[in-house]
Amino acid sequence: MTDQTLMWRIAGGSGDGIDSTSQNFAKALMRSGLDVFTHRHYPSRIRGGHTYVEVRAADQPVRSRGDGFNFLLALGDSFARSPQEGAYYGNEKVKPLAENLDDLNEGGVVVYDTGFFEEEDIAEIRLEERAQQEGWHVYPMDLRALAREHGREVMRNTAGVGATAALVGKDVSYFEELVEEAMSGEVMEANLTILEEAYEQASEFEFTHDLRVPTGSHETDQALMSGSNAIAYAALDSGCRFIAGYPMTPWTDVFTIMSQNLSDFGGIAEQVEDEIAAAALALGASHAGVKAMSGSSGGGFALMSEPLGLAEMTETPLVLVEAMRAGPSTGMPTKTEQADLEHVLYTSQGDSNRVVFAPGNLEEAYEQTRTAFQVAYDYQIPTIILYDQKLGGEMRNVGVDFFDREPDPSLGATLTEEEISEAAHHESGKFERFRHDPENGVSPRSIPGQTGGRFLASGNEHNTVGHISEDPDNRKAQMDRRMRKLEHVREELDGRDQSHQTRHGPADAEYGLLVWGSQQDTVFEAVDRLNAAGHDVKALGVSDMLPYPEAEVREFLESVRECVVVEMNATGQFRGLTQKELGQYGEKLSSLLKYDGEAFEPGEVVDGFESSIDGGQPAAGNMKFVPAAGD
Amino acid sequence: MSAFTGIGEDREIDQEEFTPGIEPQATWCPGCGDFGVLKALKGAMPEVGRTPDETLLVTGIGCSGKLSSYFESYGFHSIHGRALPVARAAKLANPGLEVIAAGGDGDGYGIGGNHFMHTARENHDITYIVFNNEIFGLTKGQTSPTSPKGHKSKTQPHGSAKDPVRPMSLSLASGASYIARTAAVNPRQAQEVLVEAIQHDGFAHIDFLTQCPTWNKDAKEYVPYTDVQDSEEFEFDTGDRREAAEAMYEAESRLYEGEVLTGRFYHDPDRPSYGEEKRAQGDVPEEPVAERYFGDGEWERTADELIDRHT
Ligand SMILES: Cc1ncc(C[n+]2csc(CCOP(=O)(O)OP(=O)(O)O)c2C)c(N)n1
Ligand code: SF4
Repeated sequence: MTDQTLMWRIAGGSGDGIDSTSQNFAKALMRSGLDVFTHRHYPSRIRGGHTYVEVRAADQPVRSRGDGFNFLLALGDSFARSPQEGAYYGNEKVKPLAENLDDLNEGGVVVYDTGFFEEEDIAEIRLEERAQQEGWHVYPMDLRALAREHGREVMRNTAGVGATAALVGKDVSYFEELVEEAMSGEVMEANLTILEEAYEQASEFEFTHDLRVPTGSHETDQALMSGSNAIAYAALDSGCRFIAGYPMTPWTDVFTIMSQNLSDFGGIAEQVEDEIAAAALALGASHAGVKAMSGSSGGGFALMSEPLGLAEMTETPLVLVEAMRAGPSTGMPTKTEQADLEHVLYTSQGDSNRVVFAPGNLEEAYEQTRTAFQVAYDYQIPTIILYDQKLGGEMRNVGVDFFDREPDPSLGATLTEEEISEAAHHESGKFERFRHDPENGVSPRSIPGQTGGRFLASGNEHNTVGHISEDPDNRKAQMDRRMRKLEHVREELDGRDQSHQTRHGPADAEYGLLVWGSQQDTVFEAVDRLNAAGHDVKALGVSDMLPYPEAEVREFLESVRECVVVEMNATGQFRGLTQKELGQYGEKLSSLLKYDGEAFEPGEVVDGFESSIDGGQPAAGNMKFVPAAGD
Repeated sequence: MSAFTGIGEDREIDQEEFTPGIEPQATWCPGCGDFGVLKALKGAMPEVGRTPDETLLVTGIGCSGKLSSYFESYGFHSIHGRALPVARAAKLANPGLEVIAAGGDGDGYGIGGNHFMHTARENHDITYIVFNNEIFGLTKGQTSPTSPKGHKSKTQPHGSAKDPVRPMSLSLASGASYIARTAAVNPRQAQEVLVEAIQHDGFAHIDFLTQCPTWNKDAKEYVPYTDVQDSEEFEFDTGDRREAAEAMYEAESRLYEGEVLTGRFYHDPDRPSYGEEKRAQGDVPEEPVAERYFGDGEWERTADELIDRHT
């Protein structure tokens, strides 16, 4: 068992409060000074059905869920108990226990609720026998009875947490504090009693395991955040005061966070009839002078293709979020994938123009969302934040000071009335909003209602005041100008102190791993392990998709002998993009792919890399290796 | 100082201010009913007292969508069927703007049908003009949602087997708070109706009958028409949903029998607009959100407001 690291999995039925319990658990560990990382697994079902959340905690930074887990708290699925007649629940009673055993590491700990699992269930899954083989330490407890005695059955979550605290040697006061903050009155009293009682009961066991997590310390105050939180908060800090959307998992998280907070910040949130409307509303609000965003997941984003093109042609700033899940079509709603890259890069007709960011982790999700707003408004171009179910849903601790940023209410290339009065106008009195001449391609705009700023924004090709024009010279000038923006965006991004692209591992390593989006930190963890095992590997995490960070990636690829691109899709979309953008490296780039709906674990990347350099396929069947051209 | 000094300006307004000094010749066919809409709208603006700078005209795609090119104001020539969502958000962002949306029958009742229904339901304070020429004009004469049953076109060679939509009934059922039908051949009424619609605080829908002499030669030229308000035959209370519904049904049926009934069919001045509802709930601030970006007011930081929840 990896000492110092707790990899706790709480399993039960959807709707049994697994999510909130695990969040509180993670928060308590964070408060005790540990670094935490959570991973959420849930089925496409609202109530009942097996679900789990993992919390990994250590006294050093944790950036991935790790490999497998070492502590199982199996609560039982309360919705599986009394299936209505003819319902399709089946017998899922033992699932929270049985389903999770395969991934439980050697020497791991199991706590299960005897109130839910009967002896014959336990016999059926041969728990005892397997525990002996795997060196597991099993602690049966009647958590349900405990919860019922002092409160209600649902409170068995609290009992489970109390038991865990005792078994990993954590002071129960961290947990008490959270109960006191979150609840009041009788409910709080009951939960406190249950927590303490379970703690006592578990303390009485004769501990056979040695999983004791240390108490760490943080230099600064910490906050427990999800990727979706980071995106939403960055939008608010960017001065975004309008959001329109339509629910679709997993984009719904960002949409919900924004909707719940916008009115307190003086903004407007609209749930509308469909995604075409959603993006069109964001466009209308932005045109009218409010920083705006919309978003969806793949299927809904498909509908946004039209307004996206309209934003490009009318040069209306627009920020869209695309939260990937496994596709095509409605695919697997609650599963993660990175297969919408091409969809987002190329959707909408014509030679279209947009900027695409794919943050690698929570901090980058915040940073790039800020950048997405700044670029959208400075360059009057749609920007897209492409992330996935994994990054949106996972939680991590981050220093509170990270979020202590200045707001940015700038509308970018927008004129005041005074500036408009000095700007170029057509003899008719119309403001020349679409001038051909600006060096960086951006002709500043006016906002409806401003005196003297009248122009026509048109999705048809148009001349300098916005009137429809099919004049070939005008067409070419307008196209050239709009396309010029991307070069300047790239230049600006490259010129920043901090690149979005992240390097990891020894600079002179022989082998490279190229990774994008939410798999970055997992791959970085794998790189450390590979180097510790005697390999010579480094990684580059790429977070700017378009305009592509050509220079940085080229330099990285030139510096390695071979490079494996790690991504969660079946067709190697990012490898394809890299080859297209750089115009070479077909013989240097291979792919390690996973598309079963689950993210990579670091150990899988290690295996995948090792088997690939031997010229073989990974031993585990859940991944695919695609060799480089000519191999 | 306001960032939008053009809004709320009180002065004499001449309808010629709405004629763009650029490319003034419309590309509409000679005799097209769309000219009538343009003329009526220009005529209405001085009456409602709104200037070009405080007006935003959002159009869809089609011959009708070109209205924004021939009308001087802030304009947004959007995409097929999507004028309404663009217009809605602009009005929410800046309630001081006079927001007018326009499009064709294909645009508004076909591809944009979903937006039409929901905009009416939400009762956004915008005026929506639908150029109803019973045909797809710009794409050269295909059957539209308002084409009569049996209408033959290149894409419906055996004639349409569909009943036409009933735009006013649809609008009423969806929740619009002002509904009228007028016709390009009746400029006086058209202008009056437009003035009322623009002044109405809520979703005002005008089914504007226009002729398309190029592709819809068979269609009646919308003469003779009957003004339901002037006709003895039609005495109904425009404030009563039931009576209005009956009158609309009648008008929509008779249209295809060759008789054109126009006028105001429904008017509910009391129902608050969506923006008002939202402001009353405290869901949307009193001051136009768009205004904030130009002032030097305080901008909140998430760190100050929200981070506590996460620690
Ligand atoms: C998404 C999309 N589909 C189809 C078209 C082609 N199109 C342009 S105008 C139009 C029909 C317009 O008819 P209507 O709305 O009745 O307006 P009219 O031209 O008669 O004024 C169509 C189908 C388009 N521009 N966009
Ligand atoms: S095609 Fe019909 S609707 Fe279009 S401009 Fe000509 S007459 Fe008018």
